[in-house]
Amino acid sequence: MILFTSALTFFFVNLAPGGPSSIMNMSATPEQREVLIKAMGLDRPIPERYMTWLGNAAHGDLGISLLNDQPVSGLIGDRLPNTLTLAGAALALSCLVGIPIGVLQALRRDSWLDHLLSLLTAIGLAVPVFWLGIVLILVFAVSLHVLPSAGLTTVGDGEFADRLAHLVLPTVALAATILPTVVRFMRSSMLEVLGTDYLRTADAKGLPWRVVIGRHALRNALIPVVSAIGALVPRLLGGAVVTEAVFSWPGMGRLALDAANGRDYPLVTGIALVIAALAVATSIIVDFAYTRLDPRVRLA
Amino acid sequence: MTRTGVIALAALAVATLFAFALPLVWTIPPELTDPAHRLADPGAAHPLGSDELGRDVLSRLARGGQITLVVGTAAMLTALALGVVVGAAAGFYGGFVDGLLMRLTDAMLAIPTFFLVLVVITVMGSDLLTLVLVIGGLSWMPVARVVYGETLRWKAAEFVVAAKALGAPPLRILARHVLPQAVPVLVVSATLGVAYAILTESALSYLGLGVQPPTPSWGNMLQRAQQYLFTSPVLAFYPGAAIVIVVLAFNFVGDALRDLVDPRSRSRA
Repeated sequence: MILFTSALTFFFVNLAPGGPSSIMNMSATPEQREVLIKAMGLDRPIPERYMTWLGNAAHGDLGISLLNDQPVSGLIGDRLPNTLTLAGAALALSCLVGIPIGVLQALRRDSWLDHLLSLLTAIGLAVPVFWLGIVLILVFAVSLHVLPSAGLTTVGDGEFADRLAHLVLPTVALAATILPTVVRFMRSSMLEVLGTDYLRTADAKGLPWRVVIGRHALRNALIPVVSAIGALVPRLLGGAVVTEAVFSWPGMGRLALDAANGRDYPLVTGIALVIAALAVATSIIVDFAYTRLDPRVRLA
Repeated sequence: MTRTGVIALAALAVATLFAFALPLVWTIPPELTDPAHRLADPGAAHPLGSDELGRDVLSRLARGGQITLVVGTAAMLTALALGVVVGAAAGFYGGFVDGLLMRLTDAMLAIPTFFLVLVVITVMGSDLLTLVLVIGGLSWMPVARVVYGETLRWKAAEFVVAAKALGAPPLRILARHVLPQAVPVLVVSATLGVAYAILTESALSYLGLGVQPPTPSWGNMLQRAQQYLFTSPVLAFYPGAAIVIVVLAFNFVGDALRDLVDPRSRSRA
């Protein structure tokens, strides 16, 4: 997976017009051009350059950014924690809100509450994250003045409460990108479990409602939801790019945007590698959660 | 068709009419600037007000709607074409082709494609054709999955075996007997695909990587509007509301069509 993404990005970026090859067209004397090409190793074939890059990447060396002459790994290292905080908070929020709502809808199937929540879910799926972000800023920062609209902290104030306040709006906006899907999956999965024979049995033998729902139903219903959440992580990371732009959040997404705009190809390739690694890490975590929830599945 | 589906279809018709027919009646050019009347309130001259350069918001909303609808539909068609080829090839030929293509599909599904879109767009530039190809080229995977499943399912059907026994060439069997079975589910995928493409296009345009000013799109109108949130918050309202209505309508039509195609899904969705 990681290899696939990094190779894809590396070859694409290197072959593209406007990529490193455009250096050849710069207005420079032939001698200057020669020196530059040698210095960047551009005289060697692309597959060979990829192997060198990959070998260095294995030691954590992702090359030097073209825009500001700093190591790519350092630039990413500075920004990664901010993105992880934002994405993690959004993921947690979607689960904490989405799972109970889905369960509630399944238990109160076809009630007015169910229909109302289904409608809200459908609307949630249609709202672009940046517009939601703008509306949130408009309501909570411009009109009510209760929450800050941009950045990681207030200048000169790094207190925990201040950081937390800055995290609220971006988290809500980003969570909204996956929350409706979590709710839908939870609802349908719960409905399926509620119709099974073993649940009727548990109910019929007089187990208390809390045990029937909490122990027997919820636990089994969560299994497909966990895998759905795993599949949502790529979408969450994509949404993070937009969310970071709306709220001027200094994370990977903003870095990727700047890198892409500046044609900073070592940085772009490095970010793609880290993103791919994140995706793989998530799928491993999801597999692990599986085995905890479902004793029938064992890690091979 | 469900009542929601019909209402959603009507909403789409109204949106299309608004985007393509309104400019025939309301003839202020969307690019016309009027520095004397910047950020004007709604009135007779500008029913929805004017933006930061004095351009008419109503005209821009209509032109932006044309761009958004055309790019969304074209990107969906691209994704559809790619997905049908990949899914049908994998399902019909099986073996090595199947393994390779479906592995590729899974890999593409697992990486955050938005980052790839970002990379490709900035390298290739963002004229409308590139935008369409990139959005379509990175969102064909769900279509491929659906077509793959349908191909496997119908490959073994008796009428396909019969056609084979009559000596029909493989490509003819695929095109005339297997793929037509997938059309109903493809219509559903296509409808939902437009919604996805519109959301992606508007996000890219918002980031400044999609449709380039002065050509308006609902996404890039929002980018400019965010800078005037304090003075003219309504500017940020119209394009966003337009996106929500159109995407919601496409999703509802897609759901309604799915209920028609596969009545069993009604209980689940």
